[in-house]
Formats: sequence, C-alpha cells, structure tokens
Amino acid sequence: MTVTSAASGTVQPSGGLPLAVDLSGVHKSFGHVRAVNGVDLKIVSGEIVAILGPNGAGKTSTIDIILGLSHPGAGSVSVYGMSPRHAIDRGLISAVMQTGGLLRDLTVYETVEYTASLFAHSQSPREVLQRAGITEIADRRVGKCSGGEQQRLRFAMALMSDPELLVLDEPTTGMDVEGRRNFWAAIRKDAELGRTVLFATHYLEEADAYADRIVLLRRGRVVADGTASEIKAMAAGRTVRATLAGASEAMLRDVPGADQVEIRGETVLIHSRDSDATARYLLTQTAAKDLEVAARGIEDAFIALTGDDAEPAAPVAGVAR
Amino acid sequence: MTSTAPIDLSNRRAPGFGAFNLTALKLEIRRLARNRRTILISIVVPVVFFLAFGLNRSYDTQTAGSGNVSAFVMISLALYGAVLATTFGGAMVSLERAQGWSRQLRLTPLSPVAYIAIKVLTALVLGACSVAAVYLAGVLTHKPSMPVDVWIETGLCVWIGSLLFAAFGLFLGYMLPSENVMQFLGFILGLLSLIGGVFIPVSQFAHTIQDIAKFTPLYGLNQLVHAPLLGGSVPWTWPVNVVAWLIIFGGGAVWRFRKDTARV
Repeated sequence: MTVTSAASGTVQPSGGLPLAVDLSGVHKSFGHVRAVNGVDLKIVSGEIVAILGPNGAGKTSTIDIILGLSHPGAGSVSVYGMSPRHAIDRGLISAVMQTGGLLRDLTVYETVEYTASLFAHSQSPREVLQRAGITEIADRRVGKCSGGEQQRLRFAMALMSDPELLVLDEPTTGMDVEGRRNFWAAIRKDAELGRTVLFATHYLEEADAYADRIVLLRRGRVVADGTASEIKAMAAGRTVRATLAGASEAMLRDVPGADQVEIRGETVLIHSRDSDATARYLLTQTAAKDLEVAARGIEDAFIALTGDDAEPAAPVAGVAR
Repeated sequence: MTSTAPIDLSNRRAPGFGAFNLTALKLEIRRLARNRRTILISIVVPVVFFLAFGLNRSYDTQTAGSGNVSAFVMISLALYGAVLATTFGGAMVSLERAQGWSRQLRLTPLSPVAYIAIKVLTALVLGACSVAAVYLAGVLTHKPSMPVDVWIETGLCVWIGSLLFAAFGLFLGYMLPSENVMQFLGFILGLLSLIGGVFIPVSQFAHTIQDIAKFTPLYGLNQLVHAPLLGGSVPWTWPVNVVAWLIIFGGGAVWRFRKDTARV
C-alpha cells in the first residue's frame, strides 16, 4: 500500500481486529497467462472497495482466490485471519457471482431456504427476501425470473449467513439501467449496516458512485489504489480555474503544481498535478478569485492508468506503485 | 461508510455434518418430483410394463419358486424402475453443474461428501417410490403371489440394490456435460436391462450372449433380487458382479467428482 490518504491509509487493523481481506504477493497463472501478477490488497472492516479494470485485468481471478475457489500459485491469502474455506464455513464471507449458480426448478423462496439450511446461523428467509426487494416473487420459479430478479436473488442468498464481507463479481452485467440502480440501492442500504463490500466492475461510473476506495487492476497488477477522486487526480491532475487580472504565463508557470497554463482574458486555467498547492498559492499569494477546481472524468483516469501505453513502473503523481 | 463496528468472530461456527440437513434433502426430493419426465419414466412406465406384461393369463398359475411368474415379472419391473429412478437421481448433478449450482455450493459450508449423501438419499427416495408403485400395482391386480416375507425381502433387495445405480448416475452425471444426459441414460439402461436379463431371462439367450450377459452391470443384481422368490443357492458370481460394478461406478464417481471440485 502506498496510498496515504485518510480514506484508504487506514490499513492497520484497529484493536487487533483481523483484516477483512489480506492478500500479499498473490500470483496466479493459467498456462502462460499471468492472470494475477503480484497483488497486495488489504481491506479493513467496513470499507466498500471496487476492483476496477478492463476485461482480462485479473479481477475475477483475484476474487476467486479471495473466495477460495482457486489457489494462488504464490503468495498468501487470508480472510478475517483465516483461510477462505474456513471463513465460508463460518458464514463470514459470501459472494454474488456474475451468472449461473441458480436452480431453475426451485422457487425463489425455496432457493433462499436451501441456502439458509446450509449455515450454522442464518437469517430468516422472509426477511432476507424483503431486504433484497423480491418478496413479491417469492413463489416464482427461478427459471421464470428476469436477469435483474435473479441477481437480486443471488444477493439474497449471499445475505443469508449475515456475512461480514460481501463479494460481488461484476454484479450488474447484463442489467438495464433501472435494474442496476435498484440493485445498487439495495447493496448500499445493506452496507450502511457496516458490512464490508468488495466488488469487481468494469463500469467506471459504478466504481465512482458506490465505492469508498478503488483498486485499479491492469494486467494482474494493482496500478492505483485510492478514493475515486484520488484516482482521477493521480492520472490526470486537476484543472484550477480562477479570475486573475493581469496574469502572465511566465508568472503562472511558477505556481506550485502547475503543468500547463492558459490565459483567457481575465480567466486563468492551470492544469495542476497538485491542485491543493496550486489553489492555496493562488488564494494566498495572488489576487485570484472565483476559484474552481475540476477533476477530469474518471474515465480519463481509467484510460490513462490502464491503457497499454501506461507504464506501471512509473508512479503516477507519486501515489501509485 | 467506514465506521468499524467491532465484529465478534467467536460466535461464528461451521455447521455440523458438513452442512448435511433435512431441509436440503426435502427440497431436492421436491425438485425430483417436479420433473415430470423423470416421474413418467421411472414410475409410470414400469407400472404400465407390469400391467402389460406381468398379467398374462397363464402367469398366475405358473409357479416360480415360492410364488408365481406374475410375481417374478413384478420384481423384474420394480428393479427396472428403481434402477431408472436412482440413475436419474444421481445424474441430476450433470444439470446442476451446467447451471453453475455446484460452484455456488462451494461458496457455502456444504461439504462435497454431504452433497453426495443428499444426492444418493434423494435418488433412493425416488427408487423407493418406483418399487412401491410397481408392488402396489401387483397388490391391486391380485395376480402376483408369493409369501408375505418374500414380498418384503424382494422389495428391500431391489431398493437397496438400486444404490449401485445411484453411483452409476453420479459417475455419468459428472462425466457427461450435456443436458441430454437423461435421454442417453434411458437408452443405456434399456440396453443394460435387456442384456442383464431383466426383461427376458438370460437362460433364453444364445450361449455366447449368455457369457457376455454375465459380465454386465444388471445381471448380478437381477439374479440376486429374484433369489428370495426362487430359493436355491446363490452362486458367488452374482454378488461378485454387483460388488465389482459398485467399485467401478463408485470409483468412477469419486474420480470425476474429485476432478470437478478440485480447486484450480
């Protein structure tokens, strides 16, 4: 971990509590393909973390390792201080997978009842159906449910053991906008109760909107790790805009953090790699007013960090490894 | 959202018996009962066969051991039904794998052994229904005749013996990926029943065919389930046939199952 922000720098477990997820130096190869190539990831209880990356970045492979569905070739994995299998046996961790995993000939209620029967402690099926928002289709056969309804059923199944950590692997693939919004509303509401959530996605807006912290994967490596705004800033910097009469380009170039400057009449635009320093300087050392700081879209950050021309060895803005 | 409520892991425990439980068993039986084709083939068809072939005018007067020929045919068709039922019950794993359910179960405490136990018990419940249906048809038609203890003994032999085919169903269910596995199995079981002497006694086959028949999976079992009715000594080749095939099917199921659940 190299990010030192308030949101994601709290990697040390407080009060001796084990980390929700602790991956260190995890490698996983399939033949010659290195799906996971040295991932370190520490997640503390209560975080909502997105693993963001293009297809083939190693998201699903990483999640399978956390869930104990596959073994890392090298490195170590622990979930709440124990092996994934033990954590699953104790109902500490559960997952919503992308597709499949449902029996078409059971009803929605029976599916949840079946799942409940497999845990030492489980919640009431009725209550969980309600939390997943599928009470009204409880008696419907799974095979007759829409994709969105099936996904909410998977969510209900995952809630059955009242897990500490909920893992979602591209949970909204194939859903329409409405279904996606409803699904995330249910997840968000659930997470307010303190559940730790880890989800993989290649939808940038999803990571941006629902995660406290984004871990950007590229070719099996973590290329950035921080809050959504940090990720945006680290790839693209921010644009600081202010009204400043009589500014010269030479003067603006000396402003801390400035990369590029532009003067449009009384308006100055400074593209900055450290917008805080730039803004502080402008407001305290110059007559600048009407100051605005704008991030580039996360999409730009995403492309900048995961594109093939990005050099992972070169730290971007000093925050990514 | 990062409020870290203290979590207590000490009250989290794993379920006993690898999460084997009666609710899951109940739901599995319900699933099997919902499958109309399975019920038709493994319960209705054997009863219809019995009504068609077991009630021949001369069968209630012709003796067979301590009973009559009608009873002999009834036992054969109960075996046929039970074998279909348990094979289908075991082969359901094929559909579950195709639907990703097996993978989903790996995210629960259910142990692979407990899962197999649930599958085998479900298959045995359907097998018992099949035997009961054919025997009930026998009782209602008043044709089959044998001592009460032989009714019970043969019924139990058929039912317990059909366990061999639960292993067969699991083996093929793990091996065959397609959704057409049921039709394929229906065909295979028809052939095995024919060559194993379930429909026509092996003694009526040509000599070469008889020799081959003795090595097929239904031969030993078919002979053994009729033994309580026919009396006489039991040659060692019958139980050896059953045990050998149990080792083959059971071993095959364990082998494929390990391959299926192995973590990559």
